[in-house]
Amino acid sequence: MSDIASDVIEIIAKKKRVEKPTVELTDRLDALGLESLDAVEMIFDLEEKFDIEIPYNANTNNPRTEFGTVGEVVSAIEKIVANKKS
Amino acid sequence: MTDVNRVVVTGLGTISPLGHTTASYWDSVKQGISGIGPITLVSTPEQLTQKVAAEVKNFDPLRHFEERELSTLDRISQFAVVAAREAIIQAGITFDIPLSLRTATIIGTGVGGQTTLDESFRRLYVEKKSRVFPLTIPKVMVNAPASQISMFCGLRGPAFAVASACASATHAIGLAFQMLRSGAVDCAVAGGAEACITFGTLRGWEAMRVMAPDTVRPFSKDRKGMVLGEGAAMLILEPLERARARGATILGEIVGFGMGADAADLTAPDKDGMARAMENALADAKLAPSDIQYVNAHGTGTAANDQTETQALHQVFGAHAGKLGVSSTKSMIGHALGAAGALELVATLMSIRESVMPPTIGYLGRDPACDLDYVPNEARVANIDAALSNSFAFGGLNAVLAVKKFT
Repeated sequence: MSDIASDVIEIIAKKKRVEKPTVELTDRLDALGLESLDAVEMIFDLEEKFDIEIPYNANTNNPRTEFGTVGEVVSAIEKIVANKKS
Repeated sequence: MTDVNRVVVTGLGTISPLGHTTASYWDSVKQGISGIGPITLVSTPEQLTQKVAAEVKNFDPLRHFEERELSTLDRISQFAVVAAREAIIQAGITFDIPLSLRTATIIGTGVGGQTTLDESFRRLYVEKKSRVFPLTIPKVMVNAPASQISMFCGLRGPAFAVASACASATHAIGLAFQMLRSGAVDCAVAGGAEACITFGTLRGWEAMRVMAPDTVRPFSKDRKGMVLGEGAAMLILEPLERARARGATILGEIVGFGMGADAADLTAPDKDGMARAMENALADAKLAPSDIQYVNAHGTGTAANDQTETQALHQVFGAHAGKLGVSSTKSMIGHALGAAGALELVATLMSIRESVMPPTIGYLGRDPACDLDYVPNEARVANIDAALSNSFAFGGLNAVLAVKKFT
């Protein structure tokens, strides 16, 4: 697992609202019980961790449906981080 | 209800993104003019993601205050005093000592003297200065607007601030109404003030991820969130008997106040909490839902508020909900937090007085989740006997005022 993946998993694990010992790349965000404010906090944590900007408006974006799984969040972050370096 | 318990409005004062007087504010609201534009109050707007707000434009404090007085007044207190003076002049009241002792000053504010706070912290953290201005604390304190009105206008009765975020002004006016109805005071200056368009506050709102990048479109399809505003509105409230005895012009009547707490989520709106506050206001006013023609909605323009407020209106009004005119003044003046409820009550009272429902501007079309009549884009001539003004705050604190045409 990449460093980014383990960092993202750590951040999402703090926000989940279901009893589950570990967060996997295949876990669905909605199944982890993230609520609207959890999503806003998760995005902040991701921005802080990777020093990136994630355009996100809670009125028009819904991470629970835009990103099906934890793995999709990881891919999105990897892409933003790669763009930032180039 | 006997005349002894009736509470009427005899003065209105307003400073808003649409003008510095009640007349200019209401004239623009009626015409559906937007007060939203580029942010000019922040010295480093390029560092903000949010580019628009509803600012009070061309406000020159020296037109209203001596330079010496200004060192004691944050922008929020300047707004508060200017609006209170206008309301008192309109009411034609002179506060002699006996009346001043029996006059309450109850002023809502969400966040207090943010301009002073922002400047002070910038000095310390950015400019690395070692000291801040001497009156930083009494300018920042949330009771400053109430205290300054009491001092500038010579009001010696109960005076305090009410803080319930976006419902502050509605709670403040509601408390003043209850104090007058119970006979605890003989007059009240009540309302709300806010001056929150600062770098730090805007950054805070950006972090909530609820701000619209362009403009606010309450209840509309494709709405993208809220826009921050500022300003103040003050009302002079009196018992009917007193107002009549001195031959005052009566601008409207406050007939009910309902409040409550969701005890649920910190930020997510709650349909049942909103509905309870509206039901409490109607019951307090002894009005049936079918007696209401107009609701001045909280209508922030966020996806969640507008949908939930619509559901709450259906719950309270049943089949009559479809017959209501429901509009959001925030579509024109943005969200002035602790002042919002007062600015909106002024619009509600004026709409009753002139038989004109102000519009919800920026409306692009129907959102299936918002299926009421929002008076889209253009004001409507309509007789209004009774109306509600809704305010629902972060923290789940809800306040609703019921007002009637004075007859």
